[in-house]
Amino acid sequence: MNILVCISNVPDTTSKINFTDNNTKFDKNGVQFIINPNDEFGLTKAVWMKESNNASVTVLTVGDQSSEAILRKCLAIGADKAIRIDSFPEDGFSVAKEIEDHCKTQQYDIIICGRESIDYNGGVVPGLLAGFLDYNFVTNCVGLDVESGKAKCSREISGGVEIIECELPMVIGSQKGLVEESDLIIPNMRGIMMARQKSLEVVSSKKISTKTLDKNFSKPDEKSEVKLFKPEELDKLIDHLKNEAKVL
Amino acid sequence: MAILVYTESEKNEIKKSSFETISFGRALADKMNIDLICICFNCSSFEHLKQYGADEIVNIEDQNLEKFNSKLYSSIIKELIESLGISVVILGSTPDSKYLGAHLSGITNTTYTSNIVGLPESINPFTVKRSCFSNKAFSLTEINSEVKILGISSNSFGIIEKPGRGNLKEFDITSKNSTLQVINTEKQTGKITIEDADIVVSAGRGLKGPENWGMIEELADVLGAATACSKPVSDMGWRPHSEHVGQTGKPVASNLYIAIGISGAIQHLAGINSSKIKLVINNDPEAPFFKAADYGIVGDAFEIVPQLINILNSSK
Repeated sequence: MNILVCISNVPDTTSKINFTDNNTKFDKNGVQFIINPNDEFGLTKAVWMKESNNASVTVLTVGDQSSEAILRKCLAIGADKAIRIDSFPEDGFSVAKEIEDHCKTQQYDIIICGRESIDYNGGVVPGLLAGFLDYNFVTNCVGLDVESGKAKCSREISGGVEIIECELPMVIGSQKGLVEESDLIIPNMRGIMMARQKSLEVVSSKKISTKTLDKNFSKPDEKSEVKLFKPEELDKLIDHLKNEAKVL
Repeated sequence: MAILVYTESEKNEIKKSSFETISFGRALADKMNIDLICICFNCSSFEHLKQYGADEIVNIEDQNLEKFNSKLYSSIIKELIESLGISVVILGSTPDSKYLGAHLSGITNTTYTSNIVGLPESINPFTVKRSCFSNKAFSLTEINSEVKILGISSNSFGIIEKPGRGNLKEFDITSKNSTLQVINTEKQTGKITIEDADIVVSAGRGLKGPENWGMIEELADVLGAATACSKPVSDMGWRPHSEHVGQTGKPVASNLYIAIGISGAIQHLAGINSSKIKLVINNDPEAPFFKAADYGIVGDAFEIVPQLINILNSSK
């Protein structure tokens, strides 16, 4: 079984969010980049499936050379090979098209993408990819079992979980629950050394046109100072919530 | 040309979370001077659709579509887009709607723009403001696809009554088969979900142990709120994972978010930032959450929460 895990290179959660060039570009200065957490849950699951399903795991990212560091990390975690499509990811549509293009040259049974990236929060790539390829699609996936060409998935829904059965090939939108935070694999020295021997292929971009353009970025207005109440002023607090904030 | 709003229903009734989506659709239809069509599945009452602005209503009645199925629903909406000349599709921000929005844009070879926080700033070019970087920034996004599929952030626009014509429209569908089946849904009954709640009562490690959640549930009960928790609490198994809110958990966009004994790590704030009003109760005056809060009480949750319950009960 062939599994493709699509990886997004995102700023670490604790990064300061700033913009440059007249607020048209994200300021990468001093920012550390990490594997998108939702992708990492999917990657860990895929690495497990090497054992349980005899799977081969390829990781792919659309990005410039600076994104190779996280691909090496994915290889150290346990992916078998890595592909970088050499392009700057400008919007979900062009990224999904680039990945679709690759998937036409290489047959994958399961394609895993995080349910959304923690930077642009679009949540669009897995659905686009499934639609473009006409594959089955389950997002917010918190459980996956594959047996004889069929997948049984659990999807987190409002107030519960839904069980879905579908045929392969398919696209998964992964998130926490597919594996737990404590299951995430921290690469050891052996993994890091082995990663150096594994293939990291660079593929040229098809330069696909975009459908959306971030014209400029802005930040929310400065928050006004918190209104503090003493423990003995609960009546006053409730009055504020009712009559000032109007949320009760 | 027309605008299509996807509305969600439960037990044949339109869900409250869809009222805002319809209201948004009505306002955009007025701005663009075109009709608003609402699609629903297996619905039996249509007053709400009309009340919030539907000019036309397409109700798909089909036993096979009792359960939400992104593959079938998106194929049907695609048929509708093509035959009715739809230029904008509007969806809400529930898990089902986000699933459907992305899937639908894939099969229509267009794109999906999520987390939109207001009406388009201009129609030509079509630009919308959307939140990104976990609500730490906004992007003014220009959408250039012919059909625009928009996801509206919960509680960002509001519910506005403005009746439309509300005529039922027949529509024959051809999409009926799927290699994807929804086998079973397990839902907690009688509990308000985090996605649907106006108020969310959330608690963290400050509560010291799972045995102390009684008062949190009681407070949520009195307020008609959903209960939630921080990541360490779900990691330690004090509360179910489905209650974990934050960056890797569920997003919260409620009117009021009450955080009790939660210090306010960046990862937590990233998931709850889009809630309108945040009330923080914590005995540590240095807890970072106070910087992100609108209202705060520095004090012992074990004394404050029972008192809050009493006051709220007696003022009912």
